[in-house]
Amino acid sequence: MSDRPRRTLPRVLVGAAVLLVLVLVGAGAVWFTQGGAPTIGGPFKLVNGQGKTVTDRDFRGHYLLVYFGYTFCPDVCPTTLSQMADALDALGSKAAEVQPLFITVDPKRDTPQVVGQYVANFSPRLVGLTGTPEEIAKVAREYRVYYAIHKNAEQPADYTVDHSSILYLMSPSGAFIAPIRADQSGADMAKDIARHLS
Amino acid sequence: MRRLLLLSLLAMPLLVPSGPTRAESGPIQVQQVWSRAAPQGRVGVLYMTVTDSGAPDQLVAVSTPVAEKAELHESVAEGGVMKMRPVAAAPVETGKPLVLKPGGYHVMLMGLRRTLKEGDEFPVTIRFAHAGPISVTAHVAKAGAAAAPAEMGRGNGTMSH
Repeated sequence: MSDRPRRTLPRVLVGAAVLLVLVLVGAGAVWFTQGGAPTIGGPFKLVNGQGKTVTDRDFRGHYLLVYFGYTFCPDVCPTTLSQMADALDALGSKAAEVQPLFITVDPKRDTPQVVGQYVANFSPRLVGLTGTPEEIAKVAREYRVYYAIHKNAEQPADYTVDHSSILYLMSPSGAFIAPIRADQSGADMAKDIARHLS
Repeated sequence: MRRLLLLSLLAMPLLVPSGPTRAESGPIQVQQVWSRAAPQGRVGVLYMTVTDSGAPDQLVAVSTPVAEKAELHESVAEGGVMKMRPVAAAPVETGKPLVLKPGGYHVMLMGLRRTLKEGDEFPVTIRFAHAGPISVTAHVAKAGAAAAPAEMGRGNGTMSH
Protein backbone atom coordinates (compact mmCIF):
# COMPACT_ATOMS: atom_id res chain seq x y z
CA MET A 1 0.00 0.00 0.00
CA SER A 2 2.74 2.37 0.96
CA ASP A 3 4.49 2.05 -2.43
CA ARG A 4 1.36 3.01 -4.37
CA PRO A 5 2.01 6.77 -4.44
CA ARG A 6 5.49 6.03 -5.74
CA ARG A 7 4.04 4.13 -8.71
CA THR A 8 1.52 6.78 -9.63
CA LEU A 9 4.07 9.56 -9.57
CA PRO A 10 6.03 8.23 -12.56
CA ARG A 11 2.73 7.74 -14.40
CA VAL A 12 1.91 11.38 -13.85
CA LEU A 13 5.34 12.32 -15.13
CA VAL A 14 4.99 10.10 -18.19
CA GLY A 15 1.60 11.62 -18.84
CA ALA A 16 3.02 15.13 -18.58
CA ALA A 17 5.92 14.21 -20.85
CA VAL A 18 3.55 12.77 -23.49
CA LEU A 19 1.43 15.91 -23.30
CA LEU A 20 4.51 18.10 -23.65
CA VAL A 21 5.67 16.17 -26.72
CA LEU A 22 2.21 16.52 -28.28
CA VAL A 23 2.18 20.24 -27.63
CA LEU A 24 5.67 20.67 -29.08
CA VAL A 25 4.80 18.60 -32.16
CA GLY A 26 1.66 20.66 -32.60
CA ALA A 27 3.50 23.94 -32.22
CA GLY A 28 6.20 22.70 -34.59
CA ALA A 29 3.56 21.79 -37.17
CA VAL A 30 1.98 25.25 -36.92
CA TRP A 31 5.45 26.83 -37.14
CA PHE A 32 6.35 24.71 -40.15
CA THR A 33 3.10 25.11 -42.08
CA GLN A 34 3.05 28.86 -41.51
CA GLY A 35 6.66 29.11 -42.52
CA GLY A 36 7.75 30.03 -38.99
CA ALA A 37 9.91 33.11 -38.69
CA PRO A 38 9.87 33.89 -42.45
CA THR A 39 6.34 35.30 -42.10
CA ILE A 40 8.10 38.60 -41.37
CA GLY A 41 8.40 40.64 -44.55
CA GLY A 42 6.62 40.32 -47.85
CA PRO A 43 5.96 42.00 -51.17
CA PHE A 44 5.77 45.78 -51.33
CA LYS A 45 5.35 48.51 -53.92
CA LEU A 46 6.67 51.87 -52.77
CA VAL A 47 8.27 55.05 -54.14
CA ASN A 48 11.94 55.98 -53.66
CA GLY A 49 13.51 59.40 -53.10
CA GLN A 50 13.68 60.03 -56.85
CA GLY A 51 9.94 59.44 -57.20
CA LYS A 52 10.46 56.06 -58.91
CA THR A 53 8.22 53.12 -58.04
CA VAL A 54 10.16 50.19 -56.62
CA THR A 55 9.10 46.78 -55.37
CA ASP A 56 10.69 44.16 -53.14
CA ARG A 57 11.67 42.27 -56.32
CA ASP A 58 13.97 45.12 -57.38
CA PHE A 59 16.18 44.28 -54.40
CA ARG A 60 16.49 40.53 -54.98
CA GLY A 61 20.08 39.38 -54.85
CA HIS A 62 20.91 41.72 -51.99
CA TYR A 63 20.53 41.30 -48.28
CA LEU A 64 18.16 43.98 -47.03
CA LEU A 65 18.61 45.90 -43.82
CA VAL A 66 15.19 47.46 -43.24
CA TYR A 67 14.36 50.22 -40.78
CA PHE A 68 11.00 51.91 -40.30
CA GLY A 69 10.99 55.50 -39.01
CA TYR A 70 10.02 59.05 -40.01
CA THR A 71 11.81 62.26 -40.87
CA PHE A 72 10.05 64.51 -38.30
CA CYS A 73 12.10 62.64 -35.71
CA PRO A 74 15.24 64.53 -34.70
CA ASP A 75 16.60 62.18 -32.06
CA VAL A 76 16.18 58.42 -32.40
CA CYS A 77 15.72 57.95 -36.16
CA PRO A 78 18.86 59.91 -37.17
CA THR A 79 20.85 58.03 -34.52
CA THR A 80 19.75 54.67 -35.93
CA LEU A 81 20.30 55.68 -39.56
CA SER A 82 23.77 56.97 -38.72
CA GLN A 83 24.55 53.69 -36.96
CA MET A 84 23.32 51.79 -40.03
CA ALA A 85 25.72 53.87 -42.14
CA ASP A 86 28.54 53.15 -39.67
CA ALA A 87 27.68 49.44 -39.77
CA LEU A 88 28.00 49.45 -43.57
CA ASP A 89 31.40 51.11 -43.28
CA ALA A 90 32.46 48.52 -40.71
CA LEU A 91 31.32 45.66 -42.96
CA GLY A 92 33.93 46.70 -45.50
CA SER A 93 33.79 44.69 -48.74
CA LYS A 94 30.77 42.74 -47.50
CA ALA A 95 28.72 45.94 -47.39
CA ALA A 96 28.14 45.74 -51.14
CA GLU A 97 25.88 42.71 -50.54
CA VAL A 98 23.69 44.67 -48.14
CA GLN A 99 21.09 47.22 -49.22
CA PRO A 100 19.94 49.48 -46.37
CA LEU A 101 16.30 50.66 -46.59
CA PHE A 102 14.49 53.37 -44.68
CA ILE A 103 10.70 53.03 -44.92
CA THR A 104 8.68 55.91 -43.53
CA VAL A 105 5.74 55.38 -41.19
CA ASP A 106 4.67 58.98 -41.83
CA PRO A 107 3.60 59.00 -45.51
CA LYS A 108 1.58 62.20 -45.05
CA ARG A 109 4.64 64.35 -44.31
CA ASP A 110 7.31 62.20 -45.93
CA THR A 111 6.95 62.77 -49.65
CA PRO A 112 9.46 61.09 -52.00
CA GLN A 113 11.47 64.33 -52.12
CA VAL A 114 11.55 64.68 -48.32
CA VAL A 115 12.58 61.06 -47.85
CA GLY A 116 15.23 61.30 -50.56
CA GLN A 117 16.76 64.43 -49.08
CA TYR A 118 16.63 62.91 -45.61
CA VAL A 119 18.43 59.64 -46.34
CA ALA A 120 21.14 61.44 -48.31
CA ASN A 121 22.27 62.99 -45.01
CA PHE A 122 23.37 59.61 -43.73
CA SER A 123 24.72 57.50 -46.56
CA PRO A 124 24.64 57.61 -50.35
CA ARG A 125 23.78 53.90 -50.20
CA LEU A 126 20.69 54.36 -48.05
CA VAL A 127 17.42 54.14 -49.99
CA GLY A 128 14.38 55.94 -48.58
CA LEU A 129 10.90 54.67 -49.41
CA THR A 130 7.43 56.12 -49.00
CA GLY A 131 3.99 55.40 -50.43
CA THR A 132 0.31 55.94 -49.92
CA PRO A 133 -0.97 55.50 -46.36
CA GLU A 134 -2.42 52.14 -47.51
CA GLU A 135 0.87 50.96 -49.04
CA ILE A 136 2.76 51.93 -45.88
CA ALA A 137 0.16 50.20 -43.69
CA LYS A 138 0.56 47.04 -45.77
CA VAL A 139 4.36 46.87 -45.61
CA ALA A 140 4.34 47.72 -41.89
CA ARG A 141 1.84 44.92 -41.29
CA GLU A 142 4.02 42.48 -43.24
CA TYR A 143 7.05 43.41 -41.16
CA ARG A 144 4.95 43.43 -37.98
CA VAL A 145 5.91 47.02 -37.34
CA TYR A 146 3.73 48.94 -34.92
CA TYR A 147 3.21 52.62 -35.60
CA ALA A 148 0.69 55.14 -34.33
CA ILE A 149 0.29 58.87 -34.72
CA HIS A 150 0.54 60.73 -31.45
CA LYS A 151 -1.33 64.01 -31.79
CA ASN A 152 -0.11 67.27 -30.37
CA ALA A 153 -3.24 69.00 -29.07
CA GLU A 154 -1.85 72.52 -29.37
CA GLN A 155 -0.01 72.12 -32.67
CA PRO A 156 -1.79 69.55 -34.88
CA ALA A 157 0.93 69.82 -37.55
CA ASP A 158 3.59 68.80 -35.05
CA TYR A 159 2.30 65.27 -34.43
CA THR A 160 4.85 62.57 -33.71
CA VAL A 161 4.73 58.89 -34.64
CA ASP A 162 5.35 56.12 -32.12
CA HIS A 163 6.99 53.21 -33.92
CA SER A 164 8.80 49.90 -33.46
CA SER A 165 12.52 50.55 -33.45
CA ILE A 166 14.16 47.45 -34.82
CA LEU A 167 16.08 46.50 -37.95
CA TYR A 168 15.21 43.53 -40.14
CA LEU A 169 17.84 41.57 -42.00
CA MET A 170 16.31 39.92 -45.06
CA SER A 171 17.97 37.34 -47.34
CA PRO A 172 18.81 37.92 -51.03
CA SER A 173 15.64 35.91 -51.84
CA GLY A 174 13.50 38.14 -49.62
CA ALA A 175 13.16 35.82 -46.62
CA PHE A 176 13.47 37.07 -43.06
CA ILE A 177 16.83 36.17 -41.47
CA ALA A 178 17.02 37.94 -38.13
CA PRO A 179 16.08 41.04 -36.20
CA ILE A 180 19.01 43.40 -35.57
CA ARG A 181 18.93 45.65 -32.53
CA ALA A 182 18.63 49.32 -33.41
CA ASP A 183 20.05 50.60 -30.12
CA GLN A 184 23.64 49.54 -30.63
CA SER A 185 26.74 51.07 -32.15
CA GLY A 186 27.46 50.69 -35.84
CA ALA A 187 30.39 48.38 -35.03
CA ASP A 188 28.20 46.04 -32.97
CA MET A 189 25.49 46.19 -35.61
CA ALA A 190 28.05 45.17 -38.25
CA LYS A 191 29.11 42.15 -36.15
CA ASP A 192 25.47 41.13 -35.78
CA ILE A 193 24.89 41.40 -39.51
CA ALA A 194 28.16 39.73 -40.53
CA ARG A 195 27.22 36.56 -38.62
CA HIS A 196 24.33 36.05 -41.03
CA LEU A 197 26.08 36.85 -44.30
CA SER A 198 27.28 33.85 -46.30
CA MET B 1 -12.39 87.17 -8.56
CA ARG B 2 -10.79 88.04 -5.24
CA ARG B 3 -9.54 84.49 -4.91
CA LEU B 4 -8.00 84.66 -8.39
CA LEU B 5 -6.22 87.87 -7.45
CA LEU B 6 -4.94 86.28 -4.29
CA LEU B 7 -3.68 83.25 -6.20
CA SER B 8 -1.93 85.50 -8.69
CA LEU B 9 -0.21 87.35 -5.88
CA LEU B 10 0.87 84.08 -4.30
CA ALA B 11 2.25 82.85 -7.61
CA MET B 12 4.22 86.04 -8.23
CA PRO B 13 7.40 85.02 -6.43
CA LEU B 14 7.49 81.84 -8.54
CA LEU B 15 7.41 83.83 -11.75
CA VAL B 16 10.14 86.25 -10.81
CA PRO B 17 13.56 84.65 -11.25
CA SER B 18 14.91 84.18 -7.75
CA GLY B 19 18.49 83.48 -6.77
CA PRO B 20 21.53 85.21 -8.14
CA THR B 21 21.13 86.84 -11.53
CA ARG B 22 24.88 87.15 -12.07
CA ALA B 23 25.10 84.31 -14.56
CA GLU B 24 28.90 84.21 -14.61
CA SER B 25 29.10 83.07 -11.03
CA GLY B 26 25.73 81.35 -10.84
CA PRO B 27 25.40 77.76 -9.74
CA ILE B 28 24.30 76.53 -13.16
CA GLN B 29 26.68 75.74 -16.00
CA VAL B 30 25.81 74.54 -19.46
CA GLN B 31 28.43 72.58 -21.38
CA GLN B 32 28.81 70.36 -24.42
CA VAL B 33 26.04 72.03 -26.39
CA TRP B 34 25.86 70.28 -29.72
CA SER B 35 23.55 69.71 -32.65
CA ARG B 36 23.44 67.60 -35.79
CA ALA B 37 23.63 68.50 -39.46
CA ALA B 38 20.12 68.96 -40.90
CA PRO B 39 18.61 70.75 -43.91
CA GLN B 40 16.77 74.06 -43.86
CA GLY B 41 13.02 73.77 -43.31
CA ARG B 42 13.34 70.42 -41.59
CA VAL B 43 13.84 69.40 -37.96
CA GLY B 44 17.00 69.51 -35.89
CA VAL B 45 18.13 68.67 -32.39
CA LEU B 46 20.13 70.07 -29.48
CA TYR B 47 21.94 68.17 -26.76
CA MET B 48 23.80 69.54 -23.75
CA THR B 49 24.98 68.90 -20.22
CA VAL B 50 23.70 71.11 -17.40
CA THR B 51 25.38 71.07 -14.00
CA ASP B 52 24.13 72.74 -10.86
CA SER B 53 26.19 73.48 -7.76
CA GLY B 54 23.35 75.29 -6.00
CA ALA B 55 19.68 74.74 -5.25
CA PRO B 56 17.64 72.39 -7.46
CA ASP B 57 16.35 74.02 -10.63
CA GLN B 58 14.62 73.10 -13.83
CA LEU B 59 15.42 73.63 -17.48
CA VAL B 60 12.17 75.01 -18.87
CA ALA B 61 12.83 76.54 -22.28
CA VAL B 62 15.36 76.86 -25.06
CA SER B 63 15.45 79.30 -27.94
CA THR B 64 17.70 79.81 -30.94
CA PRO B 65 17.50 82.07 -33.97
CA VAL B 66 18.16 79.12 -36.30
CA ALA B 67 14.75 77.54 -35.67
CA GLU B 68 11.16 78.74 -35.62
CA LYS B 69 10.51 76.64 -32.54
CA ALA B 70 12.57 74.79 -29.96
CA GLU B 71 10.84 72.32 -27.66
CA LEU B 72 12.10 70.19 -24.81
CA HIS B 73 11.33 66.55 -25.64
CA GLU B 74 12.05 63.13 -24.28
CA SER B 75 12.45 59.90 -26.24
CA VAL B 76 11.14 56.88 -24.40
CA ALA B 77 11.44 53.22 -25.41
CA GLU B 78 8.48 51.10 -24.33
CA GLY B 79 8.47 47.45 -25.34
CA GLY B 80 10.54 48.05 -28.48
CA VAL B 81 8.42 51.07 -29.48
CA MET B 82 10.07 54.49 -29.56
CA LYS B 83 7.97 57.43 -28.46
CA MET B 84 8.82 61.11 -28.42
CA ARG B 85 6.94 63.36 -26.02
CA PRO B 86 7.16 67.07 -25.16
CA VAL B 87 8.11 67.73 -21.55
CA ALA B 88 7.45 70.97 -19.66
CA ALA B 89 10.65 70.90 -17.62
CA ALA B 90 13.72 68.79 -16.94
CA PRO B 91 15.20 68.68 -13.41
CA VAL B 92 18.70 69.93 -12.62
CA GLU B 93 20.04 68.90 -9.24
CA THR B 94 23.23 69.35 -7.28
CA GLY B 95 25.64 66.57 -8.12
CA LYS B 96 23.25 65.12 -10.67
CA PRO B 97 23.91 66.73 -14.05
CA LEU B 98 21.06 66.93 -16.52
CA VAL B 99 22.35 65.30 -19.68
CA LEU B 100 20.44 65.83 -22.89
CA LYS B 101 21.67 63.05 -25.18
CA PRO B 102 20.52 60.81 -28.03
CA GLY B 103 17.68 58.53 -26.93
CA GLY B 104 16.64 60.64 -23.93
CA TYR B 105 16.00 64.29 -23.19
CA HIS B 106 16.67 66.54 -26.17
CA VAL B 107 15.59 69.85 -27.62
CA MET B 108 13.72 69.46 -30.90
CA LEU B 109 14.30 72.29 -33.35
CA MET B 110 11.36 72.74 -35.70
CA GLY B 111 11.40 74.72 -38.90
CA LEU B 112 15.14 75.24 -39.33
CA ARG B 113 15.70 78.71 -40.80
CA ARG B 114 18.98 77.60 -42.30
CA THR B 115 20.82 74.41 -43.11
CA LEU B 116 23.01 73.21 -40.27
CA LYS B 117 26.29 71.84 -41.59
CA GLU B 118 28.87 69.81 -39.73
CA GLY B 119 31.31 72.26 -38.12
CA ASP B 120 28.78 75.12 -37.92
CA GLU B 121 28.12 77.02 -34.71
CA PHE B 122 24.98 78.85 -33.64
CA PRO B 123 23.72 80.70 -30.53
CA VAL B 124 21.31 79.15 -28.06
CA THR B 125 19.63 80.62 -24.97
CA ILE B 126 18.57 78.31 -22.17
CA ARG B 127 16.00 79.31 -19.56
CA PHE B 128 15.50 77.90 -16.10
CA ALA B 129 12.69 78.02 -13.54
CA HIS B 130 14.88 79.95 -11.10
CA ALA B 131 18.28 80.86 -12.51
CA GLY B 132 18.59 83.56 -15.13
CA PRO B 133 18.92 82.69 -18.83
CA ILE B 134 22.26 81.38 -20.08
CA SER B 135 23.51 81.95 -23.61
CA VAL B 136 25.76 79.37 -25.18
CA THR B 137 27.16 78.34 -28.55
CA ALA B 138 26.07 75.04 -30.11
CA HIS B 139 28.48 73.05 -32.29
CA VAL B 140 27.13 71.03 -35.18
CA ALA B 141 28.19 67.39 -35.59
CA LYS B 142 27.37 65.17 -38.57
CA ALA B 143 23.79 63.99 -39.18
CA GLY B 144 22.80 61.36 -36.65
CA ALA B 145 26.05 61.69 -34.66
CA ALA B 146 25.93 59.73 -31.40
CA ALA B 147 28.14 62.16 -29.48
CA ALA B 148 29.38 65.75 -29.43
CA PRO B 149 31.90 66.75 -32.11
CA ALA B 150 35.35 65.44 -31.19
CA GLU B 151 37.05 68.82 -31.57
CA MET B 152 34.76 70.21 -28.89
CA GLY B 153 36.65 69.93 -25.63
CA ARG B 154 35.03 69.89 -22.24
CA GLY B 155 34.18 73.39 -21.12
CA ASN B 156 34.03 74.60 -24.68
CA GLY B 157 30.63 76.05 -25.40
CA THR B 158 30.14 77.29 -21.86
CA MET B 159 28.07 80.26 -21.03
CA SER B 160 28.41 83.79 -22.13
CA HIS B 161 25.79 86.37 -21.24
